[in-house]
Parts: sequence; C-alpha cells; structure tokens
Amino acid sequence: MTQAPRAIRSALSSARMLVNRLSSFAVVAASLAAACSSALPQASAQSDVGPTPAAIAKADSGRPPYTKADVKFLQGMISHHAQAIVMTAMAPTHGARADVRILAERIDVAQRDEIAFMQRWLRERREVVPDPAAKHDMGGQPMSDMDMPGMRMPGMLTPQQMTELSAARGAEFDRLFLTSMIQHHKGALAMVDELFASPGAGQDGAIFRFASDVTADQTTEIDRMMSMLKPR
Amino acid sequence: MRFASSALLLVVALSGGTGCSSALLRSPSDSTDLSEFPPNPDPRVGLRAGWWDAGEAIWNLRVVSKTRPSEKFTNPSTPGDSRLTNSDLAFLGNYVFQGNYSGYQVWDISNPAKPTLRTAYVCPGSQSDVSVYRNLLFVSAEATNARTDCGMQGVTDTVSKERARGIRIFDITDVGRPRPLATVQTCRGSHTHTLVTDPRDPANIYVYVSGSAAVRSAGELEGCSALLPEQDPNSALFRIEVIKVPLASPERAAIVSSPRIFNDLAAPAKHGESAADSALAAERARASGRPPRQTFPGRGPTQCHDITAYPAIGLAGGACAGYGFLLDIRDVAHPKRIGAVADSNFSFWHSATFNNDGSKILFSDEWGGGTQPRCRVTDKMQWGADAIFTLSDNTMQFKSYYKMPAAQTSNENCVAHNGTLIPIPGRDVMVQSWYQGGISVFDWTDAANPKEIAYFDRGPMDSTKHVDGGYWSSYWYNGYIVGSEMSRGLDLFELKPSAFITRNEIEAAKLVKFEYFNAQEQPKLVWQPSFVVARAYLDQLRRDDGLPRARTFAVARELEAIEAMGNKRAALIRLSTALDAEALQNADIRRIRLLAATLRNMAKVER
Repeated sequence: MTQAPRAIRSALSSARMLVNRLSSFAVVAASLAAACSSALPQASAQSDVGPTPAAIAKADSGRPPYTKADVKFLQGMISHHAQAIVMTAMAPTHGARADVRILAERIDVAQRDEIAFMQRWLRERREVVPDPAAKHDMGGQPMSDMDMPGMRMPGMLTPQQMTELSAARGAEFDRLFLTSMIQHHKGALAMVDELFASPGAGQDGAIFRFASDVTADQTTEIDRMMSMLKPR
Repeated sequence: MRFASSALLLVVALSGGTGCSSALLRSPSDSTDLSEFPPNPDPRVGLRAGWWDAGEAIWNLRVVSKTRPSEKFTNPSTPGDSRLTNSDLAFLGNYVFQGNYSGYQVWDISNPAKPTLRTAYVCPGSQSDVSVYRNLLFVSAEATNARTDCGMQGVTDTVSKERARGIRIFDITDVGRPRPLATVQTCRGSHTHTLVTDPRDPANIYVYVSGSAAVRSAGELEGCSALLPEQDPNSALFRIEVIKVPLASPERAAIVSSPRIFNDLAAPAKHGESAADSALAAERARASGRPPRQTFPGRGPTQCHDITAYPAIGLAGGACAGYGFLLDIRDVAHPKRIGAVADSNFSFWHSATFNNDGSKILFSDEWGGGTQPRCRVTDKMQWGADAIFTLSDNTMQFKSYYKMPAAQTSNENCVAHNGTLIPIPGRDVMVQSWYQGGISVFDWTDAANPKEIAYFDRGPMDSTKHVDGGYWSSYWYNGYIVGSEMSRGLDLFELKPSAFITRNEIEAAKLVKFEYFNAQEQPKLVWQPSFVVARAYLDQLRRDDGLPRARTFAVARELEAIEAMGNKRAALIRLSTALDAEALQNADIRRIRLLAATLRNMAKVER
C-alpha cells in the first residue's frame, strides 16, 4: 500500500468536512445577522461585516470549525511528544552532562504541558484522545498507528534507535540524545508543515497558536542542540 | 496577616520619624503600607477561581477601573475563546488601542475611573499587535485566517490572494471610524512589529516586522522563499523586514529593506538526517504537494520575536528565538547586529527593555509561548523569567534573573511577558505582565538584585481546567498602569505610596507625559526639573542610606524654605553646589549628583 490512495482518501474526507463546516457557518451567519446589528449599537464604520466575532463564537459554542487534519495533527503529535518524554527520562540515569540534563528537563516539562493542551482540545471536541502512557515500550508502535498502520510520525526514533539510546552512557549518550532529539524535533516541524499544507487546517486560533509555538520553540531548541553538539 | 504587618509599619514609621521634619511626615496617607516586607504568606497563592469573580490580591497598587471587553469580543458562554483574546496596547492622547485576535478596540480613558469604548473594529488575524503614530494605526496580522477585507469567514485555501499576513494600516483621524488604508504583505506575516521614528527623517516612519510563523508560498505572495539564503538570495529566512511609511501618503507604505541581522552568528553545523527520515519527509512532501521545510539550524534563529528600539541611544534590543541581540539602528532602515548573547536557561527570547540611561538591558523568556503554566511551584525561577544584563561599550553582561515569585496553579498560563519602565527618576522600575500570574512591579536598579515592590493578581479563570487569560501587557502611560487582560478586558491601576515608592517618586513619575506611546519604541524619559523630582531623589537617598539621615532631613527643610522664597535662584545654586561638593564623601554619589543637577536646572529657569 503506498501513500497516494490514503492521501487522496484523507483529502476527500477533509474537503467533505470543510464543506459541512462552511455551510453551517453560512447558516449561522445568516441567522445571526439580523439579531446582532440591533443588539450592538456601537459607533463604527463597519456596518457591513455581518455577525460579530462574539456572535459567531456563541453560535459555535466556542468551538471554531476544524478539519480532520487538525485532529490528526494533534493525535499524532501526542504520540510524537510521548516518545520525547521517554527519551528525556533517560538523561538523569544515563550520565548526561549538565547542560544536556537541563535541556532534557526543559523538553520534558514543555512536552508534558503540550500533551495536556492537546488532550484537552481533543476531549472538548469529543475526538479520540490518545493516551501517551499507553506506549511505554521503547519506540514501539505509536498510537497513531491505529489510523495509519505501519507508519510512524516524522522524526520518531525507530525501536532500534531507542535501544541504542537506552544502551548509551556518558558522552556517547549525550551525542546520541542530541542527534536523536534534533531528528525528533525536525519531525515535529514537518508535521506542522503538513498541517498548514492541508486545506482549511489551522483556522482555529488555538491550533494556529499551538502549531506556531511548536515551530518557534523547537526551531530554537534544534539550534541550541546543534551548538551543543559542536566540539568544546 | 495584614494586622501584623501594619503593626510593624507603625513601629518603623515612628522610629523613622524621630527628629524628622514636617516635610517628611506630610506625605504618607492613612492607608499607606510602609512595611518593608511583602505580605507573608503570599496572598496570590490559592486565590479563588472565576472569570469575572476571581479572588484578587493586591499590594502597593490601587485598582482605578476594570472594564470588560466590548460585547463584540465577548462570548459569555465560553470563557477563554482564543478568537476573542485581547492582546497588546498602544496609546495616543487619551486613547488606548487594544488589539484583539478578532480586531481591536479603542478606549477613551479621559476618565481613568471609567474608560469608554469608542469602537470595536472587527478584523480577525492574530495577534493584532498595535502601534500608533499621529493619525495612523498599525496592526500585525499573522494567522492564516486573516483576510484582506477583514472578513470573519477565514481563508481555507492554502494559497489565496485574500489572505492578509503582514501589517495593516488604518487612518484613525476619526478614532470612532477607523478607515483601512493599506495592507503591507510579508512572507511570514507579522507576529509583532516595532514602530521606529528617525530623528533625521521626519517625513517617514519605519516599521520593523517580526514574524516567526511559516513562510508562505510564492504563489500567494510573489518572491517568498523558504529556501536557505545560499540556495536563494531572496530567502525569507534569517532576516527581518523594514517597512517605510511616507507620512504624506501612508497608503504607499512598502518594504524597503530586509536586513540579514542573523548572518554569521554561528557556522552552519553539519548534521545528516537519518536516511529513513529523509525518505519519509520526501514522501510526505510529495503527498502534500509542497517542498519540505528547509531547516538547517545551528546557525542561529531565522527570525526575531520582538524588537525594542531606543532611537535616543541609537540601539535596539532584539529578542530573537535563542538569542538576545543588540542592534545599531542609527541608520533606521538598515539595522545592524553589534552584539549577541545566549543563555542556557533561556528557552525563547521574547522581548527587550532598556533602562533609561541605556546601561542595562532586560530580556524576557516567553517559554511555552504564553499558553502554558510555567509558574508552578515545580517550575524553576530562572526558567520563563527575565534576564538582566549590564550594557557597556555594546557588550552585554549577565547579572541576574527575575521572575514573578508567587506560585500559580497548573490551570494558569504564566510566563514573563510585556512590560515597560515606570518613570521614577533615579531608579530602574518596571511593570510587567505575567499572564495569569498577574502584574508585577519590580526594581532592577541593582542589576544583580531585582526586587518585587508591588503586584496585582487574580485567581485562575477556572479551577477545574486550564482556560487562557491573564495580562498580555501592562504598561505605564501618563500616570497609570494600563493592563490588557486577555479574557477580562482593560484594567487601570495607580501606584500607592509604600516603603518602596514614596509619594514624591510617584508624583515625579507622573510628570512624564507622552503624546503617544508604543512600548516597542522606547522614549527617553526626561523629568522637568522641579521640587517633586528633587524630593524623589532625596527620598531615595534616605531609603538607601546614600546620604546620612540627618543630612537628608536638613536638605528637606532647606527645600521647604526655598520653595517659599520669591526668587529661588541663589538658594538653589547654593544648595546644589554644596551637594556636589559632598557627593564624593557619601555612599550614593550618583543620586547626590542627580539631585544637585536637578536643583541647578531649576535655578536656570529662575530669572
């Protein structure tokens, strides 16, 4: 099985979902237009913008339209982050040098918080919420495999890479940890790219902000890890 | 606890008052808390949760007003809706411009106790970072849902000419009816921007655009390239954009330069991806129909988050991902990097603030982007904090970290965010937002020992789950601290006299008035030479034992006497000369000289 049919299937389903969302938006817009112009008599040159942001937010109960790509991005990213936490947990016990341990601790805190955000977002929308704790084996099958059999999220370490990292100590661990985490972070950036390449995705401000924060933080961290790899 | 500390202050006030003149005692009001110790335990810990009825803790500040956001930007049924987030602030006359992810609001604060809404302009496209200059309003648009027509329907096509990412310019001649003038589109959109005036070029103003989001395709905006600079000299990476705005025809605003301030920061490191990973990326790229992102880091950041320009000293501080930059902006259209610092405790360099004389620079680390809880009891005090550097000969030297000290819950987004100097002469005092960690006022005159001296905090938006809220920005403007609360609106505060700030210092701070204020373009603070400024310095000399106490009381009595004179000139010069002469024999030479100079300058206007 190649990627193409799956990609087409997914694109079609995204498009369908989007059409549904857009038509519901139109209905909302039409039904609200009358009510708000009188409800909000505020001085403004904007008389023709239609429903206010508040009216739209109220109509969709604070849940802006989203696509299947948004959901898959978050579900995949939970599995992706979960592996990073397994990796960072090794630093204190594998003889990592001080700055690597600090970095690992920060990645650990950051990615745990982000997992909490992603789970919250999915839960509030009654989407499937992957449980990162369900995958404690060393780089085994990530949760997203339920959706995409045989495929790991970009940048994730293979079971063999995880075994090598787990076996390494001291300077060798530092080198492997940094190179592996760079690979891992680059995968996250690729996932963000993929999200924004998908029609209608990232229109929910919470997703846009989260994805942009992932890009900003992880690009910065990759840069830092690259400099940490340099001979000192 | 309050009782205990008041009792303590009474003792301090009485003992301090022995032998002191009436001039000293006349300032403290009945409700003044003169304790040198913050309330303990910290009342910010354990506050009741709530959107509109959260518990509050306040110290050395007074709430002047709390105003809910415009109805257009409030959805009462869903707290913390990210579409309705209030963001940054800009000031013009009596107006406050408050960004919102769905547009912006203009408030009239002529009566600070009751701000009134002039307009709520709908125009989605976060973050809506705002700046003002005369009749022009500048608004950052970054998100992919931002439309050129300000419509609410978003932009679902991945490539679209309807998308607006960059700087929107409005004519605000009538603030009640802003008129869109132009949108200057940029490759990465505008996350924040910095308005920069050029003292030598009054016909134009400049806007530095910082945008850290993904580069859009050349199909959407011609010339945009995410390739590396060596592969494509027009790469939108590793550069900022400078927009020139002709004041006579602002609709002709355009990008005039794209300075590569990141060049040569670090040599590109060699790192090969695993073969499997490259293959996977290529496959995904084919499936998505766009080239894979070119990420070859190890050569520094590709963008800045925020740049704070200080034209009076020709410098800007750039908070640029993993680095803090010092930029030479004497040629405003062509900023050049002249210094850079990194810090292993810093995750994401977010913003910069100079002290007034340019001898220090403070950078903040917005670890987690502002939506994460980074002030829990388990979070380190040096992470998500401010880093304070001294600045001399364009070299930055690290001195200390500062972080709002009260532990917050895991339901409160909290990290260092936007703030400004409070113009107290002789000291470096800053007010800063910490999202749901509230507002913290601190003194960083001693760069190695920053100290909190006032605060305000609310409980979390929700006690059961994380709901975004808190202060995005809190800036001093013409006598007030104005706070933009992401979910709760606009709050105004006043400083209350305390053991850390006297009434004279507050009155001196209120002397500094601006016609307009954009936090990212730091104005030079200048104080009208006056008795209140002199007394502010004198209060500082007494507080810090910079001059023997008896001498401070004698000088205070002398100032009283001079104030009552007809022609004050000779007496002012006499006291000024005496102080200059004794400066070197005392602990605080700098402030004694500042006091003497103030008196001398007062004498100049006495004819």
